[in-house]
Amino acid sequence: MALSELWFILVGVLFIGFFFLEGFDFGVGMSTQFLAKDETERRVLIRTIGPVWDANEVWLITAGGAMFAAFPHWYASVFSGYYMAFVLLLLALIVRGVSFEFREKGDTQKWRYTWDWALFTGSILPPFLFGVFFTSLVQGLPLGEGMHVNANFFGDIVNVTSVIGGILFVLLSYLHGLFFIGLKTEDDIRARAFGQAKKTFIATLVVLIAYAAMFLTSDSGIMAGGNAPFTYVIIAAIVTLLLAFPFMMKQREGWAFIMTGLTFILITASYFVGLFPNVLVSSIDPIYNLSIHDAASGDYSLKLMTYVAATMVPIVLAYTAWTYYIFRQRITRKKVEQAEH
Amino acid sequence: MEEVMLARIQFASTTLFHFIFVPLSIGLAFIIAIMQTMYVVKKKDIYLKMTKFWMIFFLINFAVGVVTGIIQEFQFGMNWSEYSRFVGDIFGAPLAIEALLAFFLESTFIGIWIFGWNKVSKRVHLFSIWMVSFGTALSAFWILAANSFMQNPVGYVLQNGRAEMNDIAAILLNEKLWVAFPHTIFASFATGAFFIAGVSAWYMMKGRHQELARHSMNISLVIGMIAALAIALTGHSQAQYLMHAQPMKMAAAEGLWEDSGDPAAWTLYASIDTENKESTNRIDIPYLLSYLAYNKFTGKVEGMNTLQDKMVQQHGEGNYIPPVKTVFWSFRIMAGTGGVLILVAALGLWYNFRETLAQKTWFLKLLVISIFIPYISNSFGWIMSEIGRQPWVVNGLMETATAVSPNVSAGQILFSLIAFSTIYTILGIVMVVLFVKVIKRGPEKPKEVDVSATDPFETGGAEHGIK
Ligand code: HDD
Ligand code: HEM
Ligand code: HEM
Repeated sequence: MALSELWFILVGVLFIGFFFLEGFDFGVGMSTQFLAKDETERRVLIRTIGPVWDANEVWLITAGGAMFAAFPHWYASVFSGYYMAFVLLLLALIVRGVSFEFREKGDTQKWRYTWDWALFTGSILPPFLFGVFFTSLVQGLPLGEGMHVNANFFGDIVNVTSVIGGILFVLLSYLHGLFFIGLKTEDDIRARAFGQAKKTFIATLVVLIAYAAMFLTSDSGIMAGGNAPFTYVIIAAIVTLLLAFPFMMKQREGWAFIMTGLTFILITASYFVGLFPNVLVSSIDPIYNLSIHDAASGDYSLKLMTYVAATMVPIVLAYTAWTYYIFRQRITRKKVEQAEH
Repeated sequence: MEEVMLARIQFASTTLFHFIFVPLSIGLAFIIAIMQTMYVVKKKDIYLKMTKFWMIFFLINFAVGVVTGIIQEFQFGMNWSEYSRFVGDIFGAPLAIEALLAFFLESTFIGIWIFGWNKVSKRVHLFSIWMVSFGTALSAFWILAANSFMQNPVGYVLQNGRAEMNDIAAILLNEKLWVAFPHTIFASFATGAFFIAGVSAWYMMKGRHQELARHSMNISLVIGMIAALAIALTGHSQAQYLMHAQPMKMAAAEGLWEDSGDPAAWTLYASIDTENKESTNRIDIPYLLSYLAYNKFTGKVEGMNTLQDKMVQQHGEGNYIPPVKTVFWSFRIMAGTGGVLILVAALGLWYNFRETLAQKTWFLKLLVISIFIPYISNSFGWIMSEIGRQPWVVNGLMETATAVSPNVSAGQILFSLIAFSTIYTILGIVMVVLFVKVIKRGPEKPKEVDVSATDPFETGGAEHGIK
């Protein structure tokens, strides 16, 4: 395998890590409006991701950095091509990032209310936008001369299929988040999380099947001339989602969480599997398709990055696992109330 | 081209804003780590109280530092796609490594620090704050490695129509990196130290939280003094580096059109006339420029006209002179404020030694104002450094005008510029409001002011937290 192909996989792995981890952070962020009944519950929920959300976001930053380093042309074409959408994404991530810290620090109701909504918006908009990005990316972008993408915001980026992709990411994040809440809380709030999970599950399944159908009947972008690997991965994603159902009914949140995690992993992987051996497909003419090889950095650079990744990734994974171990206990309402009196 | 101008304004404003928070994060993390170490070693509660109190500022500041950083990472591809294609092979690597080495470290251990008070041992908890401090410095190192390549490209070959890396050692040993990194780190320590000293001075003036203020003042004045001296020394190395690697920037920083005499004098003040290419009304300090540049009292310095002619021969027709006034005055503001910092720190240490600090109200007021000085120096340092590099985005290799994304329109950039400026203004205001509030409130009621109030479960709860 060429080093550039290894890095294509690694970029995929970084995005997978990001959605697996930050997916539930986004879900928990949404739950602060959908699930929480009062301020105490909101704090219980936020506390479940308090120690980890920032590190989870670094997966995205690393994925962006890895794209830049290993595939400068991919990075340049995508980030400039999606200019407006990225501006929205950044704004959402900004308000979410500060809201964790800011909401605790004011005295008035209005203050808290404002930052609660910032947290909510900043948790629901990013997964939506990511769904739109990745869907439109594999649908094919107007990639032309000089590797420039001149995409129309409505049409090339935002269209029926990509909006369904966006909704899929939102629902899946929420479901994934609800199972995470199941893992990290007790009693009443945990029970209600399962209640909501049932409804969310049905919606997610319907949207995922609709989404798969739209792709499987399409004949453009990565689907031009058929794309068996992509098809298999998407079907596998539907299967893992279905597998979450029995665990959800038995309130076995650990397994349910793993299943939605797998669904996320497979959906994210499907984009990379589907694109291979390209990083971008052109909707203008396949001769403009940008291949892994053409987008990549030189061998020297890739080798260096491989050494760094090979040493650092295990270390990062080790201390990340350690953090989850330290904060393994469930957060309870009772603890909160005791703490407050 | 309109797009280039707008993209530059956007890049300049977002990075300058990011760099308001960066130095305070780096500086506070280091000083707080020292305080917590003293707590663990000496076991005195006052150090714990200090650690927790200053950490409130760190956490608010860090949050804004993080969110403004994400934009930076994406902006290269968004606004400077041609630049990214040209240098990605080299420039992307330090950025990716920074994330892998530094950002994971910072963000994971900050989580352990905030929420781990009752979950990990005292030593592990102390270890986590040192890891945060180490992470911030590491991140500065790698991003400066990237920036140093733009200032002084090394370790590359031109092939496949771009700069490709062929020597990582050269990139990591880049002379520019090894003058810029210490200069920036000490500047950050100074930013943190003068912040703590200023807030402590305010408490001393008001007669509040005496014990905390006194201890914090002692630590911050010592660190402030050491940092201020180190800044001057490393600033001197920066100038020496510029002399041979980026002489045009140095000549602009001196407003020097024609070659200097030998020995060269340092200009304190001049009216610069960019049209007629002359600087009049100069106030010179003899010998000083020779000393700055070569560490000796002889040697002449080439002027911009000579350098311009040389550059035309090398690179073809064009204007290779950066905006002289901006570079000239930025340098003077930075170096001038650097001098002020040394004086303030020295005087503070002296009064502290004489134990008269608490009575010197005028000086305490000056210390409060000094909170802002490092911010000014930091900003103008970057302005000098980046604008002095113009018209190049990668010195001698790529011009800024060709670096911009051709598929992003002026309207789009204008939209993002307005959007980011608006949200930054809001963040800035909220930050200041929160800081003022925390300062006014002070570290009262030791138990309840627990910073882990952000963790409502193990301690007093946010209700009693920061109000
Ligand atoms: C000399 C230091 C320095 C400089 C010049 C920059 N930064 Fe920075 N950056 C830091 C020092 C730092 C830091 C100290 O590590 C921060 C600031 C405060 C913080 O919270 O972490 C940070 C945060 C930060 C983050 C968020 C990290 C996280 O989520 O934990 C990103 C993505 C960047 N930066 C990226 C950049 C880029 C692309 C820059 C170049 C234009 C840049 N920074 C300039
Ligand atoms: C955080 C501290 C920094 C500040 C305050 C800063 C400031 C600036 C300013 C004022 C400009 C505009 C110059 C002009 O257009 O006339 C600029 C441009 C630029 N800087 Fe920096 N900079 C910083 C760090 C960096 C770093 C670390 C990098 C690279 C890793 C970088 C890369 C660039 C690029 C790509 C441009 C755009 C092209 C240009 O206008 O030259 N900057 N920066
Ligand atoms: C004491 C006198 C000082 C001198 C002689 C000095 C010298 C310099 C020089 C020559 C540069 C430009 C390097 C380049 O463009 O390549 C620079 C940059 C910079 N300075 Fe200073 N400086 C001084 C004080 C300060 C102070 C007090 C601070 C902040 C507290 C500061 C912060 C910076 C920063 C952030 C940069 C930009 C980063 C870089 O290019 O390294 N400087 N300094």
